[in-house]
Amino acid sequence: MRQLVLLSGKGGTGKTSITAAIAHLASVQASVVLADADVDGANLELVLDPRLTESHPFMGGQVAVIDPLRCTQCGLCEGVCRFSAVLSAADGYRVDPSACEGCAACVYQCPDDAIQMVPQQAGLWFRSETRFGPLLHARLFAGRENSGKLVTAVREQSRRVTLETGRNLVIIDGPPGIGCPTIAASTGVDLALLVAEPTASGIHDLRRTLAMVEHFRVPALVLVNKADINPRQASVIAAFCRERGLDLVGEIPYDTVVTRAMVSGQPVTMHEPEGVVSAALRAVWEKVRDRLASAAPAGMGE
Amino acid sequence: MIIAVGSGKGGTGKTTVATSLALSLEAGDPGSAGWGEGPGHLLFLDCDVEVPNAALFLKPVLDESETVGLPIPEVDLGACTFCGRCAEVCVWHAITVVGERVLVFPELCHGCGSCTLNCPEAAIREVDSVIGKVESGRAGRIVFGQGILDVGQPMAVPVIRRLKEKHLGGLTDGVAVLDAPSGTSCPFVETLRGVDYVLLVTEPTPFGLHDLRLAVEVARDELALPVGVVVNRDGVGNAAVDDYCRGEGIPVLLRIPLDRRIAEGLSEGHPLVGVLPEYIALFRGLLRRISAEVAR
Repeated sequence: MRQLVLLSGKGGTGKTSITAAIAHLASVQASVVLADADVDGANLELVLDPRLTESHPFMGGQVAVIDPLRCTQCGLCEGVCRFSAVLSAADGYRVDPSACEGCAACVYQCPDDAIQMVPQQAGLWFRSETRFGPLLHARLFAGRENSGKLVTAVREQSRRVTLETGRNLVIIDGPPGIGCPTIAASTGVDLALLVAEPTASGIHDLRRTLAMVEHFRVPALVLVNKADINPRQASVIAAFCRERGLDLVGEIPYDTVVTRAMVSGQPVTMHEPEGVVSAALRAVWEKVRDRLASAAPAGMGE
Repeated sequence: MIIAVGSGKGGTGKTTVATSLALSLEAGDPGSAGWGEGPGHLLFLDCDVEVPNAALFLKPVLDESETVGLPIPEVDLGACTFCGRCAEVCVWHAITVVGERVLVFPELCHGCGSCTLNCPEAAIREVDSVIGKVESGRAGRIVFGQGILDVGQPMAVPVIRRLKEKHLGGLTDGVAVLDAPSGTSCPFVETLRGVDYVLLVTEPTPFGLHDLRLAVEVARDELALPVGVVVNRDGVGNAAVDDYCRGEGIPVLLRIPLDRRIAEGLSEGHPLVGVLPEYIALFRGLLRRISAEVAR
């Protein structure tokens, strides 16, 4: 089993559109499983026409709940809470669930046993079937914590499904940023494809994303999307890749066909297979495929 | 008045809108408008601490930097009886007792202090483990602050919390613009806590709409904050975002067309109002509408 993650740091560089295209191209040659690790903005399903087959609750952390009948309003809980989650009102103390970190420090300090930790359903995870292979995806409920834990759940399920169905490649659409959910999407994968944009922000975020994957010892390839928006900045990325010994596997031109494909609910490589964007993506996929074939298996891959 | 600029989906133009909003206020006549006068009156905070980009456009002079730490347990092995109580109360499994050793995993620790409070021997003290920094300075008349999460660190929220504490603590009047992180999970919620208005920047595409809905669920439905929308790259995609906003009664406050000049300018680090100065008046109008909404 090989695992490929697409990352970008900066949002909106085209990660999900490219993931969908790679899923399409890869499914012709390999048997793939898809995982959408962007659990608080899960968009991959919008271009894969999935048929939902399983839906499961995701239990996130717990939050503290104060029983007003047992509470003697001593205020110790408010004093120990470092997340300002205990609110005092005229009629007693209560916990703001959106601020509660779930640490239970208040539970242990309460002399009246008035506080309980209550498990919270923080979202759902799903299995769907698509024309390219099974899709594991999820939905984090509005504003909930533990998105990294939900990403981990999606990845565990994708590995399980891959083993059970005898498939050989997991393609993961990663979240933007470089924090907890992105780390959860990246650790232990065989290869990261970094989708960069030739802009001041894109280059800044590429550097941070690369530093993150290197920190976790994940090998990386770079792809420049919307390359002709600024050829000068694209050449800055190319020079950066040379300097760092990174393979630049392609430059995709900016083309509104990518948006039209999204509106039609298809990967761009299906929507307009003969276009320049699709041709460039096919060349990218071939390089990624060869690199995956030659990569030594990562620790958690098998 | 504190305005957070968010989006749900990344790359829709949050930073473009937030920086140009601040620059448009700075460009105005401070006397008549009542902002941009002394320090603190026009504040910009980059709360997208995983990938902070606003400084690339505002080009602030940063003259202050402080580290952000989480209080991590340090065990006095002389006093410790290896009873395991600390491991028992830690819901994050960040501390564990193995024989006569106590292992602490800083990257799992949330700094809640529960182990310290529950140690029967008072053998635990806390030391700061650095996870990022807060940098501050000025960009013209704009007071600027940004949080930066250290690479490899998972937890963005404490950095955002510290950035907001430092700069919003004493704010009584004027305008603060907060550039929020993408997504709708805890870093977004932390940024929105305590703000007066949430401006959501979207693009008129299926991805933009899908994530706008999620952002509205958090900002308006969960946190009960007033929201308005900026449609960026207007003309690309379809009309579904407009239909949604109309149906939900969410005002579309500004439209920025898909324009190659804007994209090229941004790619070089030029703010939108630097490329097209006619937007200054539009952003000032946007602020007037937001002020009126907040006053209601």
